[in-house]
Amino acid sequence: MQSTIEQNNIDVEKIRKQFPILKREINGHPMIYFDNAATTQKPMPVINAISNYYEMYNANIHRGVYSISIEASEAYEKSKEKVKDFINAKETCEIIFTRGATEAINLVAYSYGRQNVNEGDEILISAMEHHANIVPWQVLCEEKKAKLVVIPVNDAGEIMMDEYEKLLSPKTKLVSVCHISNTLGTINPVKEIIELAHKINIPVLIDGAQAVQHLKVDVWELNADFYTFSGHKMYAPMGIGVLYGKPELLEKMPPYQTGGDMINSVKFSGTEYNEIPMKFEAGTPNVEGAVGLSAAIDYIHSIGINNIKEYEQELIEYAAEKIITIEGLRIVGTAKIKTSVISFVVEGLNAFDIGLMLDTMGIAVRTGQHCTEPLMDRFGIPGTVRASFGIYNTKDEIDIFISSLIKVLKMLR
Amino acid sequence: MTTEEIENEIADEFSSFDDWQDKYEYLIELGKKQDKLPAEEYKDENKVKGCQSSVWLVADCKNGLVFFKADSDSTIVKGLIALLIRVLSGQTPEAILNTKLGFIDKIGLKQHLAQTRSNGLAAMIKQMKYYALAYRIAGKTKQS
Repeated sequence: MQSTIEQNNIDVEKIRKQFPILKREINGHPMIYFDNAATTQKPMPVINAISNYYEMYNANIHRGVYSISIEASEAYEKSKEKVKDFINAKETCEIIFTRGATEAINLVAYSYGRQNVNEGDEILISAMEHHANIVPWQVLCEEKKAKLVVIPVNDAGEIMMDEYEKLLSPKTKLVSVCHISNTLGTINPVKEIIELAHKINIPVLIDGAQAVQHLKVDVWELNADFYTFSGHKMYAPMGIGVLYGKPELLEKMPPYQTGGDMINSVKFSGTEYNEIPMKFEAGTPNVEGAVGLSAAIDYIHSIGINNIKEYEQELIEYAAEKIITIEGLRIVGTAKIKTSVISFVVEGLNAFDIGLMLDTMGIAVRTGQHCTEPLMDRFGIPGTVRASFGIYNTKDEIDIFISSLIKVLKMLR
Repeated sequence: MTTEEIENEIADEFSSFDDWQDKYEYLIELGKKQDKLPAEEYKDENKVKGCQSSVWLVADCKNGLVFFKADSDSTIVKGLIALLIRVLSGQTPEAILNTKLGFIDKIGLKQHLAQTRSNGLAAMIKQMKYYALAYRIAGKTKQS
């Protein structure tokens, strides 16, 4: 343990103290939380920022002339600044707050999609997408009589780039792929994916829900047209997410929802919409979420995203090395470049049973299809057990997980 | 025995377990003991689909009593099936329809399993009651 801390400049014990929930016991065992790809736990600085908001300056924003409304508005705008810097966007007008990555993708499908996709057009996604990056496009394609085209994935769980190149055509109106697969942990070559699409002027959306908490994301360097992510998977609260969009695209797009705050002027004869990003933020926004997200970004900076990346890489390599020695166990998703997620199946056993039994030993993993049913079909399996790591997990926890897993398999076999 | 008596019996058995691990281990044991269905019964029309596990359920009615057989790809769900079958199989359609299956709640399994969509348990109970309803209607039609 000690050697790990020194190598990575990460003091895990100190980090763990900032996450009060990690002190919990579950079924008489210290809780081991390995479901970070679903949501991460929240550190004290995030929890404190949210309570402080409600204790000190809760008010509706943007219209108030009084002090706490101005403070709340400032905090909201400051959060956008932080998000902008965090992903290296150029202007805060490129940052739209949503409920999460799902809403961000829906926004693009509804607004950009309905404006630009017509009969016979194609939307390109990959076979490893989360349902959130499938269904909005499916609905759009049905409505517009367009076609949803799927880039295949190889046996290791990597996007087949040669196939992708062949599928790109003038009919393609948008490419939408994940940065990192929530089920397999594969890190996709998104820069290359974007470059290839841009050669024939096709915009690309990158679903970064599994990426921003694990590695440095630079939307400018990637040249992504849209980039989406959720706060709650990066130590921030639930209910806040981000859509980054290039301003030249966002400006042309029609509003997604309408109401207050997204308007400049409303007359019964017609309404003049506000500028971006306000045009896409109808109604009272999630100020609490923005404040929490801001604190989470500060928290990630305080540890250093590259330190996080290195440390989590070490955890996943350690876990993979140990887990493959278990008889009858097979890792699903063996991409050369992957991070933070280990998905596996055990011959003859059901993932659900394994998950339930691990819970009796205090270990939280996810089981099933992970909202990627087509990907499960691709691998011909009903589901997997998925362990996904975060900044507070340790090799000791992995050791306990492995020995508990061995016990569970013995009981079930 | 009435469904209530069987349910009480099961609740008694479970009261001796201290923790969830023991309860699940018992269910696993029951699950492993369950017979498989005849191969031809593993068809889609007998499948009760859950999000994480599937159940195949078949029913038969003899002399006014309903008999169930079932299997699952989850050993724990199979153990639960064994309990449900113990309570409901061999009862009249009326008794099956009137049973509230309170034992699931009493032994704490409701909280852990039945409320989620993660397994086919709730769907299976519903399916068993549908069978009972169908047999009751069929029985009444026959009488009239």
